[in-house]
Amino acid sequence: MLKTTGVPNDQDLDGVFPPQERLGKGPVVVVECFETIPCNPCYTACHFGGIEAFKDITDLPTIDFEKCNGCTLCISNCPGLAIMVIDYQYHKDYVKMTIPYEFFPLPKEGEWVKGLDRRGEVVINVQVILVKNAKHQDKTPLISIAVPKAHFKKLRNIEVGDSNDQS
Amino acid sequence: MMHTDILVIGGGPSGLSAAIAAGKSGAEVLLVEGNQYFGGQLVKQTHMFFGSEKQYAATRGFDIGKKLVEEVEVYDNVKTLHSTTALGIYEDGIVTLEQKTESEDVYLKVRAKTIIIGTGALERSLPFTNNDLPGIYGAGAVQTLMNEYLVKPGKRVLMVGAGNIGLIISYQLLQAGVEVAGIIDASSEIGGYLVHASKIRRSGVPIFTGYTIVKAEGKDHLEKATIAQVDRHWKPIPGTEKEFKVDVLCISVGLTPSSALFWQVGCEMEYVRDLGGYVPKRNQYLQTTLKNIYVAGDSAGIEEASSAMVEGSIAGLSASHNLGFIYEDYQRDIQELLQELEGLRGGEKGEHIRNGYNMVGF
Repeated sequence: MLKTTGVPNDQDLDGVFPPQERLGKGPVVVVECFETIPCNPCYTACHFGGIEAFKDITDLPTIDFEKCNGCTLCISNCPGLAIMVIDYQYHKDYVKMTIPYEFFPLPKEGEWVKGLDRRGEVVINVQVILVKNAKHQDKTPLISIAVPKAHFKKLRNIEVGDSNDQS
Repeated sequence: MMHTDILVIGGGPSGLSAAIAAGKSGAEVLLVEGNQYFGGQLVKQTHMFFGSEKQYAATRGFDIGKKLVEEVEVYDNVKTLHSTTALGIYEDGIVTLEQKTESEDVYLKVRAKTIIIGTGALERSLPFTNNDLPGIYGAGAVQTLMNEYLVKPGKRVLMVGAGNIGLIISYQLLQAGVEVAGIIDASSEIGGYLVHASKIRRSGVPIFTGYTIVKAEGKDHLEKATIAQVDRHWKPIPGTEKEFKVDVLCISVGLTPSSALFWQVGCEMEYVRDLGGYVPKRNQYLQTTLKNIYVAGDSAGIEEASSAMVEGSIAGLSASHNLGFIYEDYQRDIQELLQELEGLRGGEKGEHIRNGYNMVGF
Protein backbone atom coordinates (compact mmCIF):
# COMPACT_ATOMS: atom_id res chain seq x y z
CA MET A 1 0.00 0.00 0.00
CA LEU A 2 2.66 2.49 1.11
CA LYS A 3 4.83 1.55 -1.86
CA THR A 4 2.04 2.09 -4.40
CA THR A 5 0.19 5.07 -2.89
CA GLY A 6 2.56 6.79 -0.46
CA VAL A 7 0.01 6.30 2.35
CA PRO A 8 1.13 4.25 5.36
CA ASN A 9 -1.58 1.91 6.73
CA ASP A 10 -2.58 1.35 10.38
CA GLN A 11 -0.10 -1.50 10.72
CA ASP A 12 2.76 0.70 9.45
CA LEU A 13 1.75 3.42 11.92
CA ASP A 14 1.37 1.04 14.87
CA GLY A 15 5.01 0.16 14.36
CA VAL A 16 6.20 3.75 14.83
CA PHE A 17 3.76 5.26 17.35
CA PRO A 18 5.01 5.24 20.95
CA PRO A 19 3.15 2.95 23.37
CA GLN A 20 0.10 4.53 25.05
CA GLU A 21 1.91 4.38 28.39
CA ARG A 22 4.70 6.60 27.02
CA LEU A 23 2.17 9.01 25.48
CA GLY A 24 0.81 9.55 28.97
CA LYS A 25 4.20 10.83 30.16
CA GLY A 26 4.44 13.95 27.97
CA PRO A 27 5.67 15.05 24.53
CA VAL A 28 7.31 12.42 22.35
CA VAL A 29 8.42 11.96 18.78
CA VAL A 30 6.71 9.91 16.03
CA VAL A 31 9.05 9.08 13.13
CA GLU A 32 7.28 7.82 10.01
CA CYS A 33 10.41 6.42 8.40
CA PHE A 34 9.69 3.07 6.74
CA GLU A 35 12.41 2.68 4.16
CA THR A 36 16.14 1.94 4.43
CA ILE A 37 17.51 4.99 2.63
CA PRO A 38 20.95 6.50 3.40
CA CYS A 39 20.02 9.24 5.88
CA ASN A 40 20.82 10.00 9.54
CA PRO A 41 20.22 13.70 10.43
CA CYS A 42 17.56 12.75 13.02
CA TYR A 43 20.27 10.96 14.98
CA THR A 44 22.82 13.77 14.67
CA ALA A 45 20.21 16.44 15.52
CA CYS A 46 19.18 14.86 18.84
CA HIS A 47 20.93 16.22 21.95
CA PHE A 48 19.38 13.67 24.29
CA GLY A 49 20.28 10.31 22.77
CA GLY A 50 16.61 9.86 21.89
CA ILE A 51 17.53 8.23 18.59
CA GLU A 52 19.94 5.35 18.90
CA ALA A 53 23.28 5.41 17.04
CA PHE A 54 23.12 4.01 13.49
CA LYS A 55 25.29 0.98 12.68
CA ASP A 56 24.69 1.66 9.00
CA ILE A 57 23.59 4.93 7.47
CA THR A 58 20.67 3.06 5.85
CA ASP A 59 19.31 1.82 9.21
CA LEU A 60 15.79 2.87 10.18
CA PRO A 61 15.86 5.11 13.26
CA THR A 62 15.29 3.33 16.57
CA ILE A 63 13.69 5.64 19.14
CA ASP A 64 14.53 5.46 22.81
CA PHE A 65 11.15 6.68 24.05
CA GLU A 66 12.49 7.16 27.57
CA LYS A 67 15.25 9.53 26.44
CA CYS A 68 13.14 11.45 23.89
CA ASN A 69 11.59 14.47 25.61
CA GLY A 70 9.68 15.70 22.56
CA CYS A 71 11.87 18.81 22.17
CA THR A 72 10.96 19.05 18.41
CA LEU A 73 14.54 19.81 17.27
CA CYS A 74 14.70 16.81 14.94
CA ILE A 75 11.50 17.72 13.07
CA SER A 76 12.99 20.42 10.86
CA ASN A 77 16.21 18.42 10.43
CA CYS A 78 14.47 15.46 8.79
CA PRO A 79 14.91 15.76 4.99
CA GLY A 80 11.85 13.56 4.52
CA LEU A 81 9.61 15.69 6.79
CA ALA A 82 8.71 12.36 8.38
CA ILE A 83 8.79 13.46 12.03
CA MET A 84 6.14 14.97 14.30
CA VAL A 85 5.83 15.40 18.05
CA ILE A 86 2.72 14.45 20.03
CA ASP A 87 1.94 15.88 23.46
CA TYR A 88 -0.91 13.69 24.69
CA GLN A 89 -1.01 15.40 28.09
CA TYR A 90 -1.59 18.86 26.57
CA HIS A 91 -5.31 18.90 27.47
CA LYS A 92 -7.86 16.34 28.61
CA ASP A 93 -9.64 16.40 25.24
CA TYR A 94 -6.85 17.48 22.87
CA VAL A 95 -3.33 16.47 21.97
CA LYS A 96 -0.83 19.06 20.87
CA MET A 97 0.61 17.92 17.54
CA THR A 98 3.71 19.63 16.13
CA ILE A 99 4.31 19.09 12.40
CA PRO A 100 6.64 20.55 9.75
CA TYR A 101 4.91 22.83 7.22
CA GLU A 102 6.75 24.35 4.25
CA PHE A 103 3.97 26.32 2.52
CA PHE A 104 2.89 29.93 2.28
CA PRO A 105 0.93 31.53 3.77
CA LEU A 106 1.85 30.26 7.20
CA PRO A 107 -1.13 30.06 9.56
CA LYS A 108 -1.36 32.47 12.48
CA GLU A 109 -1.51 31.40 16.10
CA GLY A 110 -5.16 31.00 17.07
CA GLU A 111 -6.28 30.50 13.46
CA TRP A 112 -8.54 27.59 12.53
CA VAL A 113 -7.19 25.41 9.71
CA LYS A 114 -8.29 22.21 8.01
CA GLY A 115 -6.78 19.11 9.57
CA LEU A 116 -5.83 16.61 6.83
CA ASP A 117 -5.15 12.90 7.00
CA ARG A 118 -2.33 11.06 5.23
CA ARG A 119 -4.27 11.11 1.94
CA GLY A 120 -4.78 14.87 2.18
CA GLU A 121 -8.49 14.54 3.00
CA VAL A 122 -10.13 16.82 5.55
CA VAL A 123 -10.79 15.12 8.88
CA ILE A 124 -11.73 18.03 11.13
CA ASN A 125 -10.93 21.72 11.55
CA VAL A 126 -8.27 22.37 14.17
CA GLN A 127 -6.86 25.42 15.92
CA VAL A 128 -3.23 26.50 15.59
CA ILE A 129 -1.50 26.84 18.97
CA LEU A 130 2.02 27.79 17.97
CA VAL A 131 4.01 28.75 14.85
CA LYS A 132 7.81 28.49 15.06
CA ASN A 133 10.02 29.67 12.23
CA ALA A 134 13.47 30.29 13.70
CA LYS A 135 16.64 30.63 11.64
CA HIS A 136 18.04 27.28 12.78
CA GLN A 137 14.96 25.57 11.31
CA ASP A 138 16.24 26.62 7.86
CA LYS A 139 12.88 27.30 6.19
CA THR A 140 11.03 24.36 7.71
CA PRO A 141 8.50 26.06 10.01
CA LEU A 142 6.85 24.05 12.79
CA ILE A 143 3.11 24.31 13.38
CA SER A 144 1.52 23.08 16.60
CA ILE A 145 -2.19 22.27 16.43
CA ALA A 146 -4.73 21.14 19.01
CA VAL A 147 -6.23 17.86 17.77
CA PRO A 148 -9.21 16.14 19.41
CA LYS A 149 -7.94 12.90 20.96
CA ALA A 150 -10.31 10.80 18.83
CA HIS A 151 -8.49 11.94 15.67
CA PHE A 152 -4.85 12.31 16.62
CA LYS A 153 -3.67 9.13 14.90
CA LYS A 154 -5.31 10.19 11.64
CA LEU A 155 -4.09 13.76 11.24
CA ARG A 156 -0.75 14.52 9.63
CA ASN A 157 -1.13 17.79 7.69
CA ILE A 158 -3.05 21.05 7.56
CA GLU A 159 -4.53 23.28 4.89
CA VAL A 160 -4.56 27.00 5.57
CA GLY A 161 -7.38 29.32 4.47
CA ASP A 162 -11.23 29.10 4.30
CA SER A 163 -11.45 27.61 7.78
CA ASN A 164 -11.92 30.66 9.95
CA ASP A 165 -14.65 29.16 12.03
CA GLN A 166 -14.78 26.12 14.24
CA SER A 167 -17.37 24.16 12.33
CA MET B 1 47.46 27.33 -24.94
CA MET B 2 46.82 26.88 -21.22
CA HIS B 3 48.59 24.22 -19.16
CA THR B 4 47.33 22.57 -15.99
CA ASP B 5 47.87 19.42 -13.96
CA ILE B 6 44.21 18.53 -13.73
CA LEU B 7 41.34 19.71 -15.89
CA VAL B 8 37.91 19.16 -14.37
CA ILE B 9 35.07 19.26 -16.92
CA GLY B 10 31.72 20.10 -15.31
CA GLY B 11 31.07 22.36 -12.32
CA GLY B 12 28.27 20.40 -10.65
CA PRO B 13 28.52 18.53 -7.33
CA SER B 14 31.05 15.98 -8.63
CA GLY B 15 33.26 18.48 -10.50
CA LEU B 16 33.32 20.97 -7.62
CA SER B 17 34.22 18.21 -5.17
CA ALA B 18 36.94 16.91 -7.52
CA ALA B 19 38.41 20.41 -7.87
CA ILE B 20 38.42 20.89 -4.08
CA ALA B 21 40.12 17.53 -3.46
CA ALA B 22 42.74 18.12 -6.17
CA GLY B 23 43.25 21.67 -4.93
CA LYS B 24 43.80 20.41 -1.39
CA SER B 25 46.42 17.97 -2.74
CA GLY B 26 48.39 20.84 -4.25
CA ALA B 27 47.75 20.20 -7.95
CA GLU B 28 47.17 23.04 -10.42
CA VAL B 29 43.52 22.69 -11.36
CA LEU B 30 41.34 24.21 -14.06
CA LEU B 31 37.60 23.75 -13.54
CA VAL B 32 35.34 24.52 -16.53
CA GLU B 33 31.55 24.80 -16.51
CA GLY B 34 29.27 25.43 -19.49
CA ASN B 35 26.71 27.41 -17.50
CA GLN B 36 27.11 30.95 -16.18
CA TYR B 37 27.31 29.68 -12.63
CA PHE B 38 28.82 26.73 -10.78
CA GLY B 39 26.77 24.20 -8.84
CA GLY B 40 25.07 22.32 -11.66
CA GLN B 41 21.64 21.02 -10.66
CA LEU B 42 22.29 21.86 -6.98
CA VAL B 43 21.29 25.44 -7.76
CA LYS B 44 17.67 24.36 -8.31
CA GLN B 45 17.41 21.93 -5.40
CA THR B 46 15.33 23.57 -2.69
CA HIS B 47 14.86 20.40 -0.62
CA MET B 48 17.05 19.19 2.23
CA PHE B 49 19.55 16.51 1.26
CA PHE B 50 19.67 12.99 2.64
CA GLY B 51 22.90 11.17 3.54
CA SER B 52 25.11 12.06 6.50
CA GLU B 53 26.69 15.28 7.78
CA LYS B 54 29.73 14.57 5.58
CA GLN B 55 27.56 15.08 2.48
CA TYR B 56 25.75 18.04 4.05
CA ALA B 57 22.61 16.08 4.99
CA ALA B 58 19.63 18.21 6.13
CA THR B 59 21.11 21.17 4.21
CA ARG B 60 19.20 22.44 1.18
CA GLY B 61 20.73 21.71 -2.23
CA PHE B 62 21.30 25.32 -3.28
CA ASP B 63 23.09 26.00 0.02
CA ILE B 64 25.34 22.98 -0.59
CA GLY B 65 26.18 24.44 -4.01
CA LYS B 66 27.18 27.73 -2.38
CA LYS B 67 29.35 25.95 0.21
CA LEU B 68 31.20 23.99 -2.48
CA VAL B 69 31.82 27.12 -4.56
CA GLU B 70 33.16 28.94 -1.48
CA GLU B 71 35.48 26.04 -0.76
CA VAL B 72 36.82 26.03 -4.33
CA GLU B 73 37.66 29.73 -3.95
CA VAL B 74 39.90 28.95 -0.95
CA TYR B 75 42.54 27.36 -3.21
CA ASP B 76 44.73 29.71 -5.24
CA ASN B 77 45.87 26.73 -7.30
CA VAL B 78 42.30 26.12 -8.55
CA LYS B 79 41.29 28.31 -11.49
CA THR B 80 37.71 28.36 -12.70
CA LEU B 81 36.04 29.28 -15.98
CA HIS B 82 32.26 29.53 -16.24
CA SER B 83 30.28 29.86 -19.50
CA THR B 84 32.92 27.53 -20.91
CA THR B 85 32.04 24.30 -22.68
CA ALA B 86 34.52 21.52 -23.43
CA LEU B 87 34.14 20.75 -27.12
CA GLY B 88 36.47 17.84 -27.58
CA ILE B 89 39.52 15.94 -26.44
CA TYR B 90 42.05 15.47 -29.25
CA GLU B 91 44.49 12.63 -29.94
CA ASP B 92 47.42 14.67 -28.68
CA GLY B 93 45.61 15.22 -25.37
CA ILE B 94 44.62 18.81 -26.04
CA VAL B 95 41.13 19.83 -24.93
CA THR B 96 39.30 22.56 -26.84
CA LEU B 97 36.95 24.91 -25.03
CA GLU B 98 34.42 27.49 -26.12
CA GLN B 99 34.05 30.40 -23.72
CA LYS B 100 31.09 32.73 -24.09
CA THR B 101 31.89 36.31 -23.11
CA GLU B 102 29.63 39.34 -23.41
CA SER B 103 31.15 40.42 -26.70
CA GLU B 104 32.21 37.20 -28.41
CA ASP B 105 32.75 33.46 -28.21
CA VAL B 106 36.38 32.66 -27.52
CA TYR B 107 38.07 29.44 -28.62
CA LEU B 108 40.56 28.15 -26.04
CA LYS B 109 42.97 25.23 -25.89
CA VAL B 110 44.24 23.51 -22.76
CA ARG B 111 46.73 20.74 -22.15
CA ALA B 112 46.17 18.78 -18.93
CA LYS B 113 48.09 15.87 -17.45
CA THR B 114 44.85 14.36 -16.18
CA ILE B 115 41.19 15.06 -17.00
CA ILE B 116 38.29 14.44 -14.61
CA ILE B 117 34.96 14.33 -16.44
CA GLY B 118 31.82 15.13 -14.43
CA THR B 119 29.42 16.11 -17.18
CA GLY B 120 26.29 14.86 -15.44
CA ALA B 121 23.28 13.49 -17.24
CA LEU B 122 20.62 14.12 -19.86
CA GLU B 123 16.88 13.75 -19.40
CA ARG B 124 15.03 10.91 -21.03
CA SER B 125 11.91 11.61 -23.05
CA LEU B 126 8.79 9.59 -23.73
CA PRO B 127 6.99 8.87 -27.03
CA PHE B 128 3.21 9.47 -27.02
CA THR B 129 0.67 11.19 -29.27
CA ASN B 130 1.22 14.98 -29.44
CA ASN B 131 4.19 14.94 -27.07
CA ASP B 132 5.42 18.15 -28.72
CA LEU B 133 2.45 20.34 -27.69
CA PRO B 134 3.39 23.52 -25.83
CA GLY B 135 2.87 22.87 -22.12
CA ILE B 136 4.74 19.57 -22.16
CA TYR B 137 8.03 19.99 -20.34
CA GLY B 138 10.92 17.93 -19.14
CA ALA B 139 11.32 17.94 -15.37
CA GLY B 140 14.55 19.92 -15.56
CA ALA B 141 12.84 22.70 -17.51
CA VAL B 142 10.07 22.99 -14.92
CA GLN B 143 12.64 23.22 -12.15
CA THR B 144 14.67 25.81 -14.06
CA LEU B 145 11.59 27.93 -14.78
CA MET B 146 10.35 27.84 -11.19
CA ASN B 147 13.46 27.83 -9.06
CA GLU B 148 15.85 29.79 -11.25
CA TYR B 149 13.61 32.21 -13.16
CA LEU B 150 10.70 32.26 -10.66
CA VAL B 151 8.16 31.56 -13.42
CA LYS B 152 5.26 29.15 -12.91
CA PRO B 153 5.05 26.65 -15.80
CA GLY B 154 1.22 26.72 -15.76
CA LYS B 155 -1.85 26.31 -13.58
CA ARG B 156 -2.46 22.57 -13.33
CA VAL B 157 0.15 19.86 -13.80
CA LEU B 158 0.13 16.13 -14.39
CA MET B 159 3.48 14.65 -13.35
CA VAL B 160 4.72 11.67 -15.34
CA GLY B 161 7.20 9.70 -13.23
CA ALA B 162 7.24 8.92 -9.49
CA GLY B 163 11.01 8.75 -9.08
CA ASN B 164 12.71 11.18 -6.71
CA ILE B 165 12.83 13.96 -9.31
CA GLY B 166 9.12 13.66 -10.15
CA LEU B 167 8.17 13.57 -6.47
CA ILE B 168 10.42 16.46 -5.48
CA ILE B 169 9.26 18.68 -8.35
CA SER B 170 5.61 17.92 -7.58
CA TYR B 171 6.22 19.16 -4.04
CA GLN B 172 7.98 22.29 -5.32
CA LEU B 173 5.05 22.95 -7.69
CA LEU B 174 2.67 22.79 -4.71
CA GLN B 175 4.94 25.18 -2.81
CA ALA B 176 4.84 27.57 -5.77
CA GLY B 177 1.04 27.50 -5.66
CA VAL B 178 0.57 25.34 -8.77
CA GLU B 179 -2.05 22.61 -8.62
CA VAL B 180 -0.76 19.06 -9.15
CA ALA B 181 -3.58 16.88 -10.53
CA GLY B 182 -1.67 13.66 -9.97
CA ILE B 183 1.54 11.71 -10.37
CA ILE B 184 1.61 8.66 -12.62
CA ASP B 185 4.25 5.97 -13.07
CA ALA B 186 4.23 2.88 -15.26
CA SER B 187 6.00 0.87 -12.56
CA SER B 188 3.89 -1.02 -10.05
CA GLU B 189 5.67 0.74 -7.18
CA ILE B 190 6.82 4.27 -6.40
CA GLY B 191 10.45 4.60 -7.50
CA GLY B 192 11.47 7.58 -5.36
CA TYR B 193 11.89 7.80 -1.60
CA LEU B 194 8.62 6.98 0.19
CA VAL B 195 9.04 9.96 2.52
CA HIS B 196 8.82 12.24 -0.55
CA ALA B 197 5.74 10.33 -1.77
CA SER B 198 4.03 10.56 1.63
CA LYS B 199 4.52 14.31 2.00
CA ILE B 200 2.94 14.95 -1.42
CA ARG B 201 0.15 12.44 -0.82
CA ARG B 202 -0.86 14.11 2.45
CA SER B 203 -1.24 17.36 0.54
CA GLY B 204 -3.95 15.59 -1.46
CA VAL B 205 -2.06 14.68 -4.64
CA PRO B 206 -2.98 11.17 -5.85
CA ILE B 207 -0.26 8.79 -7.09
CA PHE B 208 -1.24 6.34 -9.84
CA THR B 209 1.24 3.48 -10.12
CA GLY B 210 0.87 1.13 -13.10
CA TYR B 211 -0.29 3.94 -15.41
CA THR B 212 1.29 5.44 -18.50
CA ILE B 213 0.58 8.53 -20.58
CA VAL B 214 -1.30 7.66 -23.77
CA LYS B 215 -1.95 10.98 -25.47
CA ALA B 216 -1.98 14.73 -25.11
CA GLU B 217 -4.62 16.94 -26.68
CA GLY B 218 -5.08 20.67 -27.21
CA LYS B 219 -5.48 23.26 -29.95
CA ASP B 220 -2.56 25.65 -29.48
CA HIS B 221 -1.30 24.24 -26.20
CA LEU B 222 -1.95 21.32 -23.88
CA GLU B 223 -5.53 21.14 -22.60
CA LYS B 224 -6.05 17.46 -21.80
CA ALA B 225 -3.95 14.39 -21.04
CA THR B 226 -5.11 10.77 -21.14
CA ILE B 227 -3.50 8.03 -19.09
CA ALA B 228 -4.15 4.29 -19.05
CA GLN B 229 -3.17 1.31 -16.94
CA VAL B 230 -0.40 -0.88 -18.34
CA ASP B 231 -0.27 -4.66 -18.57
CA ARG B 232 2.71 -6.88 -17.77
CA HIS B 233 4.32 -5.94 -21.08
CA TRP B 234 3.93 -2.20 -20.39
CA LYS B 235 1.17 -1.90 -23.01
CA PRO B 236 -1.86 0.33 -22.24
CA ILE B 237 -5.00 -1.68 -21.37
CA PRO B 238 -8.03 -0.45 -23.40
CA GLY B 239 -10.92 0.72 -21.22
CA THR B 240 -8.72 1.84 -18.30
CA GLU B 241 -8.21 5.38 -19.58
CA LYS B 242 -8.50 8.42 -17.28
CA GLU B 243 -8.54 12.01 -18.50
CA PHE B 244 -7.00 15.03 -16.81
CA LYS B 245 -7.70 18.65 -17.73
CA VAL B 246 -4.21 20.06 -17.34
CA ASP B 247 -2.16 22.75 -19.06
CA VAL B 248 1.18 21.23 -18.08
CA LEU B 249 2.61 17.74 -18.41
CA CYS B 250 5.93 17.30 -16.67
CA ILE B 251 7.96 14.37 -17.99
CA SER B 252 10.24 12.93 -15.34
CA VAL B 253 11.12 9.46 -16.56
CA GLY B 254 14.77 9.29 -15.62
CA LEU B 255 18.20 10.36 -16.72
CA THR B 256 20.93 8.91 -18.87
CA PRO B 257 24.66 9.60 -18.30
CA SER B 258 26.21 12.26 -20.50
CA SER B 259 28.89 10.15 -22.17
CA ALA B 260 29.98 11.96 -25.35
CA LEU B 261 33.50 12.88 -24.18
CA PHE B 262 34.27 9.33 -23.01
CA TRP B 263 33.28 7.92 -26.39
CA GLN B 264 35.32 10.51 -28.20
CA VAL B 265 38.48 10.02 -26.20
CA GLY B 266 38.20 6.24 -26.48
CA CYS B 267 37.40 4.99 -22.96
CA GLU B 268 36.08 1.45 -22.83
CA MET B 269 32.32 1.77 -22.39
CA GLU B 270 29.65 -0.56 -21.01
CA TYR B 271 25.87 -0.39 -21.28
CA VAL B 272 24.52 -0.77 -17.74
CA ARG B 273 20.76 -0.47 -17.40
CA ASP B 274 20.96 -0.02 -13.63
CA LEU B 275 23.23 3.00 -14.08
CA GLY B 276 21.06 4.63 -16.77
CA GLY B 277 22.93 3.82 -20.00
CA TYR B 278 26.47 3.77 -21.38
CA VAL B 279 29.15 4.52 -18.78
CA PRO B 280 32.94 4.23 -18.86
CA LYS B 281 34.54 1.25 -17.15
CA ARG B 282 36.68 2.34 -14.21
CA ASN B 283 38.37 1.13 -11.03
CA GLN B 284 37.19 2.02 -7.53
CA TYR B 285 39.19 5.28 -7.68
CA LEU B 286 37.11 6.34 -10.73
CA GLN B 287 40.04 5.98 -13.14
CA THR B 288 38.81 4.83 -16.56
CA THR B 289 40.58 2.42 -18.91
CA LEU B 290 42.62 5.43 -20.03
CA LYS B 291 45.02 6.23 -17.17
CA ASN B 292 44.70 10.00 -17.43
CA ILE B 293 40.90 10.12 -17.69
CA TYR B 294 38.73 9.97 -14.56
CA VAL B 295 34.94 10.00 -14.23
CA ALA B 296 32.68 11.17 -11.39
CA GLY B 297 29.03 11.87 -10.66
CA ASP B 298 26.04 11.12 -12.89
CA SER B 299 28.25 10.66 -15.97
CA ALA B 300 29.59 7.58 -14.13
CA GLY B 301 26.05 6.30 -13.49
CA ILE B 302 22.80 7.91 -12.31
CA GLU B 303 22.78 8.36 -8.54
CA GLU B 304 22.06 10.96 -5.88
CA ALA B 305 24.11 14.17 -5.64
CA SER B 306 25.50 12.95 -2.28
CA SER B 307 27.25 10.08 -4.06
CA ALA B 308 28.38 12.44 -6.85
CA MET B 309 30.18 14.62 -4.28
CA VAL B 310 31.94 11.63 -2.71
CA GLU B 311 32.96 10.30 -6.14
CA GLY B 312 34.32 13.70 -7.10
CA SER B 313 36.45 13.79 -3.94
CA ILE B 314 37.80 10.30 -4.61
CA ALA B 315 38.63 11.13 -8.25
CA GLY B 316 40.30 14.42 -7.28
CA LEU B 317 42.44 12.85 -4.55
CA SER B 318 43.39 9.81 -6.62
CA ALA B 319 44.22 11.80 -9.76
CA SER B 320 46.52 14.14 -7.76
CA HIS B 321 48.14 11.20 -5.97
CA ASN B 322 48.93 9.50 -9.29
CA LEU B 323 50.53 12.70 -10.56
CA GLY B 324 52.89 12.60 -7.58
CA PHE B 325 51.35 15.25 -5.34
CA ILE B 326 52.00 14.40 -1.72
CA TYR B 327 48.95 14.75 0.49
CA GLU B 328 49.73 13.35 3.93
CA ASP B 329 46.30 12.05 4.80
CA TYR B 330 45.72 10.49 1.39
CA GLN B 331 45.38 6.86 2.54
CA ARG B 332 43.11 7.72 5.47
CA ASP B 333 40.88 10.09 3.47
CA ILE B 334 40.48 7.87 0.45
CA GLN B 335 39.55 4.86 2.60
CA GLU B 336 36.98 6.96 4.46
CA LEU B 337 35.50 8.20 1.20
CA LEU B 338 35.26 4.69 -0.23
CA GLN B 339 33.41 3.60 2.92
CA GLU B 340 31.07 6.59 2.74
CA LEU B 341 30.21 5.68 -0.83
CA GLU B 342 29.50 2.10 0.14
CA GLY B 343 27.23 3.36 2.92
CA LEU B 344 25.28 5.63 0.58
CA ARG B 345 24.71 2.68 -1.74
CA GLY B 346 23.34 0.48 1.03
CA GLY B 347 19.69 -0.31 1.74
CA GLU B 348 16.87 -1.35 -0.58
CA LYS B 349 17.00 1.76 -2.77
CA GLY B 350 20.73 1.21 -3.43
CA GLU B 351 20.33 -2.32 -4.77
CA HIS B 352 20.23 -1.46 -8.48
CA ILE B 353 23.26 0.78 -8.07
CA ARG B 354 25.21 -1.99 -6.35
CA ASN B 355 24.22 -4.34 -9.19
CA GLY B 356 25.28 -1.76 -11.76
CA TYR B 357 28.69 -1.22 -10.23
CA ASN B 358 29.48 -4.90 -10.39
CA MET B 359 29.41 -4.54 -14.18
CA VAL B 360 31.78 -1.61 -14.67
CA GLY B 361 34.84 -2.41 -12.59
CA PHE B 362 38.06 -3.69 -14.08
